[in-house]
Amino acid sequence: MATIFIDNAPYTVKDGQNLLHACLSLGFNIPYFCWHPALHSVGACRQCAVKQFRDEQDTRGKIVMSCMTPAAEGTRISIDDPDVKRFRRSVIEWLMTNHPHDCPVCDEGGECHLQDMTVMTGHDYRRFRFRKRTYRNQHLGPLVNHEMNRCIQCYRCVRFYRDYAGGRDLDVFASHNHVFFGRHADGVLDNEFSGNLVEVCPTGVFTDKTFKEHSTRKWDLQTAPTVCVHCGLGCNTIAGERYGSLRRILNRYNHEVNGYFICDRGRFGYGFVNSGERIRTPMVRRSKAGKMEPISKEDVLKHLEGMLYFGARVIGIGSPRASLESNFSLMTLVGREHFFAGIPEQEQGLIGRIVDMLSEGPAPAASLKDAEEADAVLVLGEDIANSAPRLSLSLRQAALNKPMEIARKMRIPEWSDAAVRTALQGQRGPLFLATTAVTKLEEIASGVVHAAPDDIARMGFGVAREIEGGARGAALPAGEMSSFARAAADALKNAERPLVVAGTGCGSEAVIRAAAQAARALCSAGKEARLLYIVPECNTLGLGLMTRKHLGDAFRAAGAGPADIVIILENDLFRRADETQVKEFFRGFRQVIVVDQVRTGTTRVADVLLPACTFAESQGTYVSSEGRAQRSFKVYLPEGDIRESWRWMADMAEIAGRPEGKAWRNIDHVVKALAEAMPVFEGIGHAAPQAGFRVNGLRIPRQSHRASGRTAVSADMDVHEPKPPVDSDSAFSFSMEGYEGMPPPALIQRYWSPGWNSVQALNKFQEEVAGPLRGGDPGVRLLAQGSLESPAYSGEIPPPFAAREDSWLLVPLYHIFGSDELSTFSPVIAGLAPGPYIGIGEADMKRLGISEGDAVVVTLPGLSRVLPVKKIAGLPQGIAGMPAGLMPAGWIGLPAWAEMVKKNGG
Amino acid sequence: MLTDDERLAIEREVEDCAHKREACVGALRVIQRSRGWVSDDHLRVLADMLDMTPEELDSVATFYPLIFRRPVGRHVILVCDSASCWVMGYEDLLRHLQSRLGVGLGGTTSDGRFTFLPVACLGACDHAPSMMVDDELHMDLTKEKINDILQRYA
Amino acid sequence: MAERPLTGSIRPEVAPDISAYESAGGYEALRKAVKGMSHQDVQKVVTDSNLRGRGGAGFPTGQKWSFVPMDEAAPREKYFIVNADEMEPGTFKDRLLLECNPHQVIEGAILGAYAIGASRAYIFLRWEYRLAEKRLEQAMAEARERNYLGKNILGSGFSLDLRIHTSAGRYICGEETALLSAMEGRRAVPRAKPPFPQVCGLWGRPTIVNNTETVANIPPIIRNGPSWFHGLSHTGDAGTKMYGVSGRVGRPGVWELPMGTTMRELLEEHAGGMRDGYRFRGLIPGGASTDFLVEEHLDVQMDYSSVQKAGSRLGTGMMIILDDKTCPVGMINSIIRFMARESCGWCTPCREGLPWLEKVLRAIETGDGRPGDIELLGEHARLLGPGNTYCALAPGAVEPLQSGIRYFREDFERHIRDKRCPWR
Ligand SMILES: Cc1cc2nc3c(=O)[nH]c(=O)nc-3n(C[C@H](O)[C@H](O)[C@H](O)COP(=O)(O)O)c2cc1C
Ligand code: SF4
Ligand code: FES
Repeated sequence: MATIFIDNAPYTVKDGQNLLHACLSLGFNIPYFCWHPALHSVGACRQCAVKQFRDEQDTRGKIVMSCMTPAAEGTRISIDDPDVKRFRRSVIEWLMTNHPHDCPVCDEGGECHLQDMTVMTGHDYRRFRFRKRTYRNQHLGPLVNHEMNRCIQCYRCVRFYRDYAGGRDLDVFASHNHVFFGRHADGVLDNEFSGNLVEVCPTGVFTDKTFKEHSTRKWDLQTAPTVCVHCGLGCNTIAGERYGSLRRILNRYNHEVNGYFICDRGRFGYGFVNSGERIRTPMVRRSKAGKMEPISKEDVLKHLEGMLYFGARVIGIGSPRASLESNFSLMTLVGREHFFAGIPEQEQGLIGRIVDMLSEGPAPAASLKDAEEADAVLVLGEDIANSAPRLSLSLRQAALNKPMEIARKMRIPEWSDAAVRTALQGQRGPLFLATTAVTKLEEIASGVVHAAPDDIARMGFGVAREIEGGARGAALPAGEMSSFARAAADALKNAERPLVVAGTGCGSEAVIRAAAQAARALCSAGKEARLLYIVPECNTLGLGLMTRKHLGDAFRAAGAGPADIVIILENDLFRRADETQVKEFFRGFRQVIVVDQVRTGTTRVADVLLPACTFAESQGTYVSSEGRAQRSFKVYLPEGDIRESWRWMADMAEIAGRPEGKAWRNIDHVVKALAEAMPVFEGIGHAAPQAGFRVNGLRIPRQSHRASGRTAVSADMDVHEPKPPVDSDSAFSFSMEGYEGMPPPALIQRYWSPGWNSVQALNKFQEEVAGPLRGGDPGVRLLAQGSLESPAYSGEIPPPFAAREDSWLLVPLYHIFGSDELSTFSPVIAGLAPGPYIGIGEADMKRLGISEGDAVVVTLPGLSRVLPVKKIAGLPQGIAGMPAGLMPAGWIGLPAWAEMVKKNGG
Repeated sequence: MLTDDERLAIEREVEDCAHKREACVGALRVIQRSRGWVSDDHLRVLADMLDMTPEELDSVATFYPLIFRRPVGRHVILVCDSASCWVMGYEDLLRHLQSRLGVGLGGTTSDGRFTFLPVACLGACDHAPSMMVDDELHMDLTKEKINDILQRYA
Repeated sequence: MAERPLTGSIRPEVAPDISAYESAGGYEALRKAVKGMSHQDVQKVVTDSNLRGRGGAGFPTGQKWSFVPMDEAAPREKYFIVNADEMEPGTFKDRLLLECNPHQVIEGAILGAYAIGASRAYIFLRWEYRLAEKRLEQAMAEARERNYLGKNILGSGFSLDLRIHTSAGRYICGEETALLSAMEGRRAVPRAKPPFPQVCGLWGRPTIVNNTETVANIPPIIRNGPSWFHGLSHTGDAGTKMYGVSGRVGRPGVWELPMGTTMRELLEEHAGGMRDGYRFRGLIPGGASTDFLVEEHLDVQMDYSSVQKAGSRLGTGMMIILDDKTCPVGMINSIIRFMARESCGWCTPCREGLPWLEKVLRAIETGDGRPGDIELLGEHARLLGPGNTYCALAPGAVEPLQSGIRYFREDFERHIRDKRCPWR
């Protein structure tokens, strides 16, 4: 701790910070542009000037940049000194000489850091009387819009894109006052974090193109805290709605989870909510051969009444993309023994293992922040940039932890970003990747092997054995593999906070055990090791904690005896199992009831189809890969008869005469029932305040106090302002009325503070800048730490992979755009996703005499399909790959052995 | 795309560089020497040779005034516009050059003979005003001298 | 005639060659150093000589070197760089040394590298110095041939690889940290200090950047010792200095003279006074980024402290003369225009402030000046001062502006009042 003096008053600040960071944390307003809490200081914009004095006697002082000056013991500064105030005003005046002042038509308007800083510094009169320079804008693809004239040259975009996110196709061109930020030529931005430019840019140069399409002023959005539903990491988001359509996703800061950034799938995948494929009314099929017909909510419930009589034999299929509440309400409706996770046996096995390892092993599940703080990382079998994109951003930062010692030795403060990068010279800390094919993170990896899933597992066991000095684990195979394992083991052993990452990605249970073994070995060596398992969907882990019963069990149950009805919750079984099997399964029921948001193969075969809310219209709890239960809130009310899945279940429960039907009036009742029914979920009630929560008797408004034109929204029909609907599930109101101050952390629905209208207002919501949110970061961790001696570690080490002469092991290959189901309903994401293909490595291509683009007939037992060949670098001989989530029905359950022949004449 | 000579010259620039990008200005100049300027296509080929992205190379290339990213005439006239030359009559000379060439600073004559650019102090202030045409420095310029000089370049 | 260690052996009419340099005592210093002196010995002699940087800032060279880590744990790669980017308007001293005395620059570079234990040295040369490049290349080849350069120099065990890095324009490249960025194949944007290049410079390794003239001073200092060097000067700042004069004077040129020679002597004796028909109005003493001085200052000695006392800086020691038939507003605008154009574009005040100044000055010059413009200029001259910008380019740029307004305010006012330039 250090004492500094600001305008002659003493303050205590943390050691090792710069003055800007320290002053903002203390609540002072100092304007800034080039500094960013995650990107740190470079001193380019000169906006954050303060006056520094040598000592009490010094009355003249000198102007310094607060972001570049350490907040060292005894530092004396003035923020209010007239000289420095004038200088700060001049900086804005300079920036404004070329700024187009097009706020009325700018997408940033009303949420613009430049606007805020202009007001803050008091620059209000234009003295510059000459022409402005203008630029040509570029087409940067479907996600991010480019409007260079608004640029104030803070260099944040390139610093984020290149230095932080590792992108290499955005840069700064030319010099003096002609500097230009963009690409070498028009083209789609290549980095999977490009969307963060929207928030990183302090003005309207980079804006959300999907948001721009509906032209909405930002203060007119109705917003709520949500959780991203596009992978298992559970990034926190803020979703915004206007006129009944979802219009954008912003990052929502959670110090433990996503911090300041989310990936492009999370930001731009929301389009499914507005999609033409949405199911908007209940539908029934009155005879098996008949067509689906729309029906009202009342009538469909009446229709169901006939079926759900007491004693009807009903089974339920849950979903890893549905909330805990929805799954649990279905489970309650059908009875625990009749509830099955809608996940294939093999995958459910992996998830079960993950649950075991996380709840019984000594290494705690890593949060994204833990991952970012790791100083050595081993990844087994995951293409992280595509299967858990936000994690790859964390690992990029983690790679700087170890080399930071170099900078520290040179006494360069960690926040002096450019200097640190000069000192580090691109050096990276240990990151070891064992994957089936080349992955993006390799460009920063210290060791890489490409191997079959079984060999990846062996590698993991080998690392474990090496760490433990040979006590357990696999004997190392010779050659490259053993040197990889040895190097990885050394690096992990020499680290203080090593991290092991694995997951369901390569479909191998042995890989999951191997990762746990390695983490366990590190723990027994006294390290603060963490374990992170990547799971595919937003509630995979939650569902995994709820049941181990899988789709195979369901199939068997259906086959075993007569069943009347199956209720399928937000799940397309055709993505999960073989087409014929699924069809067979459905034939076993008199009625197939499907509750879902969008049209899928499964909704097409339903007899009763119930339209479900998406995350944007419903409230629910999701458990992330870290085992963190997080509450997501509805942003707006669904139209017509679209309802929350759990409400449909409650209705059905009521029809079926179950007590819950009447008892579950709001979602808190479901949450409470779940917490009581299953000990592991005991804590989920604390994920966020309940519906009855009020501040000073007031609800938290979803609309901003600046919402304009509300009274005019429906003025063409009725001049009376409609009464805002009441939300019975949460403390939020659907209006601008309510508590205007800072809500509790789990209920942060937007960032705003007097004078801070942009996302930078976030500073005010944190205990200290870039630290935890005031009141603690939202979410409840469900998994406790286990012990070193767990039976979960038992299990065989698989034998080495042996390539076969005439068949190939098919493994899944992941795509950030395409592998996730819901986001592909967003047109922009669909446009970026690849089509089906068969991925083959170089050696096998040669062996088969094929080249890229050729057609190959791929055959699995009972299935055959012609696919174009794509060269996949790194795939070992004997292994081929298929794009996960992008294949037609049936091509699932990888890894599996397949035959391939070149299609003649193709 | 590149001639063998160019490739060789670029490889020589890269030789012994601990980091290939260190050679990027030299490599750009190799292209410029033989082609007069650096086209987008050449820039991309070069970026590839240097393990840089086109963005990274162009970011450096466009920083420098003497790397030409647009076609230039057969000869490039660099007129010093800095203080000493300015004092010694730069403006008159500029006007003269402009009227002789029929283009302003930044322009290329319609016959493609000259491109006409300003340049930082040429370090010939004791013989101001001065200018460079291609690799040659011309000093103590007068209108007559300029007329002579222009004639020498085809 | 006083001793001229930098230029004494120059024969402008003949191309330099190594034998001539050797017979004038060239490479003796190198032999002396690598055979009989430790790295620290060489540093000490230079420190004692009180040689101050000739690149403009006047930082003591020996002291700069002393920050380079020399212990066992120091990085193996270290670099010594000769700054030959000379682009400061009005400055043409390094060109003379590079073209006519390349061996001395090379010997100085080898000695500098030896002093800090560098294994590689560079000459950062501006592209336009074509002749210098040719002569340096030839001289380097000769030096290599005689084993003054390369592996195991003169059997001493010390090896050095010297290279030329030819740049492609932009004045900011001469700023020492921008120069490092440029050398790494990056945009020539200056770097934050600390860390100083002496510790974390080129590729993150300890690096010394010295001006060409500074470097050329090293061999004679090593050969003749510190007290000899002190004896060359008229004042407390040791050595000789390359001084130059340009503008409407009788004989513009560059001369090596004792440090502390007065401006009057430079102007009147060496430069031959004002040209017929022109009267002296003022001068910029050390390249375009220094404050104007006027008649009353002519007897000031051209050394670091005296010029500073007079309200300007010695800078490069190369004076530009303003005469009575030249418009001071136009001259200042030429400087500001140059600086605005050569800015790297990194920090706001320089990138946006200088072009604004250029536009205002242009407006005044062409009769579009308005009341308040002079105040605006003055305000900017303060706002762009040291510390407010990222590097010294902009603060240097506004020095002639602020003093120009002080000394020639009436001229500015006349432009605005008469809505035209009185000299046009
Ligand atoms: C904008 C700017 C341009 C400069 N250009 C040069 C230059 O061309 N040559 C030079 O030697 N020093 C130049 N300098 C000074 C260098 O930064 C550095 O101080 C000098 O090379 C150090 O050498 P010295 O200690 O031998 O003087 C420049 C400084 C600035 C701020
Ligand atoms: S003052 Fe700023 S913009 Fe100007 S050259 Fe220096 S760093 Fe670049
Ligand atoms: S925020 Fe400090 S200089 Fe930009």
